[in-house]
Amino acid sequence: MLSYNFNWSIIWTAPYGQWMLEGLWVTIRLGLICWFIALALGIIIGTFRVTPFRPLRVFGAVYTEIFRDIPLLVQLFFWYFAAPSILPKSIEMWLYRGLPNSEFWIVVVGLSIYTSSRIAEHIRAGMQSISQDQYHAALSTGFTHFQTYRYIIIPYAVRIMMPPLTAECLTVFKNTALAMTVGVLETTFMSQQIEAYTFQGIEATTAASLIYMGISLSVVLIMGFVERRLAVPGLITRAGGR
Amino acid sequence: MDGYDWQVIPNNLQFLMHGLFTTFQLALVAISGGLLLGILVGMARLSSIRIIYYPATAFVNVMRSLPLILVIFWFYFLVPLMAGRPMGDFFSACVAFVVFEAAYFAEIVRAGIQSISTGQMQAAYSTGFNYRDTMRYIIIPQALRNMVPSLLTQAVVVFQDTSLAYVIGLKEFLRSASIVDAREMRSVELYAFVGAVYFLICFAMSKFSKKLEAKRGHA
Repeated sequence: MLSYNFNWSIIWTAPYGQWMLEGLWVTIRLGLICWFIALALGIIIGTFRVTPFRPLRVFGAVYTEIFRDIPLLVQLFFWYFAAPSILPKSIEMWLYRGLPNSEFWIVVVGLSIYTSSRIAEHIRAGMQSISQDQYHAALSTGFTHFQTYRYIIIPYAVRIMMPPLTAECLTVFKNTALAMTVGVLETTFMSQQIEAYTFQGIEATTAASLIYMGISLSVVLIMGFVERRLAVPGLITRAGGR
Repeated sequence: MDGYDWQVIPNNLQFLMHGLFTTFQLALVAISGGLLLGILVGMARLSSIRIIYYPATAFVNVMRSLPLILVIFWFYFLVPLMAGRPMGDFFSACVAFVVFEAAYFAEIVRAGIQSISTGQMQAAYSTGFNYRDTMRYIIIPQALRNMVPSLLTQAVVVFQDTSLAYVIGLKEFLRSASIVDAREMRSVELYAFVGAVYFLICFAMSKFSKKLEAKRGHA
């Protein structure tokens, strides 16, 4: 083995400890914002894919295929380096100069859209698993199509989809690490910056790993809580325990 | 807004294709190595022996809670330390991908093995097969066949994941495009091209896996 001098105190000494905490805060904010936008977008697109109206179905299918089949990092690079120059010059200038923290918001756009296409697939599968009788019953009660989805189908589908949505929520927080490549100062970026300043790469990366493991554990606990709160007794249960 | 100049793609095609070739190499190593290690870990996850089951379970859970980028950095630091000398970007990326993807393949393999009825296992034992031969000749071949659609889906994911090797400076497809971009300032054309190539490959692969799945559904 090459020699490597461990210095674990690097993780909590100033200013490095504070860097990690700042990174953690950015990771949490980025993850939460993207999660909620992606969830809303994903539910809309997923619903498009099962409507009887063909143009909406086609739009939904094209949307999910495009954003699922291109690597997230390539999408982020496109949004960050290429997309602003397609926009009018004034907006491009505002994005690069005027908007504080523009890279953060560009990642919000990229990561939300990418995640929404994955969520849409889960939502579609969930809605297709709901029996046709539910639609017919709702429609014959006088509900409009919109009301049928809003009050009957979506509330059911979301419950069935909780386990895959939990996995997707974990993925969002893990994917925020890609934001470092466009200069967002999140956890992974900070750990690598500490490495660049101190050469204590193993300690800094360990700290970042522990942070991500903590986030994952929290997500599992919170989503488990939500799932128990939403559960309809006797109607829909998760297949098998975990 | 100045016009687009798509000539940048053919002008740098050779360089870009070299990057794409590296991407394919990395994906091939990651998929085959990850699957092989994943089969072992997946079997270990079903073991009744605790010192095999617990480390394998811990490995899978830890790997699945970490972002891939972080794992790539991990091995970027660890591989030279363990080898005692610098090993190059490609090698450390390969190690990182094999280890990381093994955790995901292991879960697919575990589900696949669990889908085989225990009767198969008992029949094999009663014919005089030992554990190794039962797994090798009876369970794994059937399980693999059940797993093909999930494995293909995961292979598409791995193929997309290889773009993350960008972060340690490996000249794969995306890094090649960004190098050309730094020189030519043609972001729209280059990243649209990279996106289109990835899309065509992944779309074809996922259509193929859906077709396989549909065929299995009818059988």
